[in-house]
Amino acid sequence: MKRRALLTGEPAPRPSASLGPDYYTNAVLRTHEGREVRFYDDLMKDKIVAINFIYTWCENTCPLSTANMARVQKALGARVGRDVHMYSFTLKPWQDDVAALKEYAKPYGAGPGWEFLTGDNYDLETIRFRLFRWDHPALDFNLEQHVGMVRIINDRLDRWSMCPTLATTRQVVDAISWVEPTKPLAVRKRENVATQARIDAETRHLHAIVARN
Amino acid sequence: MSKSLDDLERGEITRRAALQLGAAAGAAGMLLSGKAEAQQYPEPPDPPPQPTPCPTRPANSPPTRPFVQQLPMPLPPIPRAFLSPTPAVGPNLNAGEAPRAAHQRWNEFLPRVLYDVRARPAMHRFHPDLPETYIWGFDGRVPGPTFLSWYDFPALVRIHNDLPVDHVGFGINEITVHLHNGHTASESDGFASDFYGPGLWKDFHYPNVLAGYDQYPPKGDPREAMHTLWYHDHRHSFTSPNSYRGLAGMYLLFDDKDTGNEYDPRPSALRLPGGYGLFDIPLILADKLFCADGQLFSNNPGGVPLGDKFTVNGAIQPYFRVFRRKYRFRLLNTGPTRTYSVALSNGAPLKVIATDGNLLQSAIDTPSIQINVAERFDFVIDFSTVPTGTKLYLTNNQAQFVGNAPEPQPIPGLPIENILMRFDVVGNPPLPDNSRVPSVLCEYPPVNLAEVARTRTWDFDLVSGQFLINNQVFDPDTSLADIRTGTTEKWILRNKLPLAGWVHPVHIHFEEFRVLSRNGAPPVPLESGRKDVIRLNGNDEIELFMRFRDFRGKYMIHCHNMNHEDNFMLVRWTIGDSFPA
Repeated sequence: MKRRALLTGEPAPRPSASLGPDYYTNAVLRTHEGREVRFYDDLMKDKIVAINFIYTWCENTCPLSTANMARVQKALGARVGRDVHMYSFTLKPWQDDVAALKEYAKPYGAGPGWEFLTGDNYDLETIRFRLFRWDHPALDFNLEQHVGMVRIINDRLDRWSMCPTLATTRQVVDAISWVEPTKPLAVRKRENVATQARIDAETRHLHAIVARN
Repeated sequence: MSKSLDDLERGEITRRAALQLGAAAGAAGMLLSGKAEAQQYPEPPDPPPQPTPCPTRPANSPPTRPFVQQLPMPLPPIPRAFLSPTPAVGPNLNAGEAPRAAHQRWNEFLPRVLYDVRARPAMHRFHPDLPETYIWGFDGRVPGPTFLSWYDFPALVRIHNDLPVDHVGFGINEITVHLHNGHTASESDGFASDFYGPGLWKDFHYPNVLAGYDQYPPKGDPREAMHTLWYHDHRHSFTSPNSYRGLAGMYLLFDDKDTGNEYDPRPSALRLPGGYGLFDIPLILADKLFCADGQLFSNNPGGVPLGDKFTVNGAIQPYFRVFRRKYRFRLLNTGPTRTYSVALSNGAPLKVIATDGNLLQSAIDTPSIQINVAERFDFVIDFSTVPTGTKLYLTNNQAQFVGNAPEPQPIPGLPIENILMRFDVVGNPPLPDNSRVPSVLCEYPPVNLAEVARTRTWDFDLVSGQFLINNQVFDPDTSLADIRTGTTEKWILRNKLPLAGWVHPVHIHFEEFRVLSRNGAPPVPLESGRKDVIRLNGNDEIELFMRFRDFRGKYMIHCHNMNHEDNFMLVRWTIGDSFPA
């Protein structure tokens, strides 16, 4: 039955649901290693991406955010650059050229698969509006309001998620998992057994009266 | 139905209950052969194909003629004689139940009514001038079925996730359903990170029990009765798109005061206008945006935008024929973000009898009702005060500040703007109006400040584009308040931002609260009742009185503007027996 198959079987390969370069733009950007890239074709197409915004002179949130993203990279291990791609865009390209970004990235140990990007200011602002629009002028036009969020997108599925950069590393990793394709039911049922064990441990701690049942 | 010892050890229902259920099931089983059951509970149709997003975000929805559709009435779900597998205290992982804690106090509140509901995609027509469009609904309906429940009749709702496994685009194919604001154990309360995906299901145990069950045996405190609740998906970070797509419905609770029967002979009965769908009418508000081709706008990114089409019970600007008698309307704002200010076009006051589903001690006449996301207002209109042939309009007069995106405006030239629906007074009722609105509706439990064990403050803020509650974002494993079962607390809500734009309708799960003060002054009459959602304007400071009784586990406090909520503006708190008093 078609409905049952959709619920329990492997999903048949689908054409991409991506919003495409028309939405994301193919603006030409430069990575902190000096590589020239087009935003959609080279950075987004068919990928799972985690994008956040920083600027190198930022003293409040950005160091914490970038440090958290470094921990996320470590937690994801070999997946970064393969399944998941991390990008940190500068909010102030007039200050942050390729050399500045390379300097900034060094102490955080940004490895392959995590790139810092700069480019033309208009292009970056367009991309920022496409990814992080608030519909509120106090937020959209205030650069400081964009340093606290990671935007996570699965391009092929057009599934979008977000996570505060102040969340725990585990939460950012979880939020990235939310945009992945749904796993087969059998796999999820196996994972549920482990989840149940965690729930039982926590509940035992809380409920004095479970025994009454 | 034979139950083995193994079943008992696995924590399945007790022998006594099994016999009770079995008796009913046996009788029903004789009546419903396999084929008959298939007819009674047919398989849902194959799901419609997922839509492609609109090429651009529309400035306006296409035009639709107002008042060409009758107000739809969401039907109640069909109760089941039995569920297979049999509901049990612990989750049935093998059969596909999602992981959950064991149902607390299962043996004290054994389900007497069973339901089986499927969250699934379907096509829905919001208006005859628009094509059918892709939605997600409980049992494929928008709004979802209206549950009719009674106190002391515990219910169990098995909710299946039949959303597409190959889902793309808007929202996510995982759900966790919250009954807002039931006195429910944590494992059935729809905690935001307890979501489950397609092919799985979960049993939600709704004891339909009064708060204060332990304090006031045998049945709890009758002054804590609630009557108008709603349910919706609460999946962390995707609540806004999932609810907007249609995963919401109403849940009514009746007791021996609010009985639903205006002919009820019992002296306790209030005899408010009654008869769901006849004179007891849900008004479920949701604003929607439609693309040029008429499909429901459901594009990423980010939050759900404001809609320019007002739907009531899933229909755009419907009409409703009424007799010249009293009607009870249960107004619900399902959001995801809009606030309404509702009034009648002839200026006649609305007689409010309940706030957030809780009866007021006495009805309050008000010219307009400001209803924030997730609030409910029950009000009575007496149409006998106007002649047959009158048309009255329910209007919305709340401008919504949206910042730089222009507020979607109805197409200029539409004869009527900002109208939610029309009432058509068609004549005298066939039977005399036996309903009444007594001058005293109920009595409240005392607000006894001496009981308060602790005061907690909750600061709602926005820093570097991130919404925060007490400087934190949602973490399911971090509890910002550990509350000992059975205690009473004072909670202070503060909005740290002065900007007029950042209003937060704050919702606290579990018990209802009383407002002690707003900015140092006593609450206005419509905020003096028992409530569970309170609007926090810029710079506001609100003091609340709350109790935490009967159940344990994790619950939430959050802003119910669903776009904010999805930006992690919610936090966990916990009730437990071993926390310090």
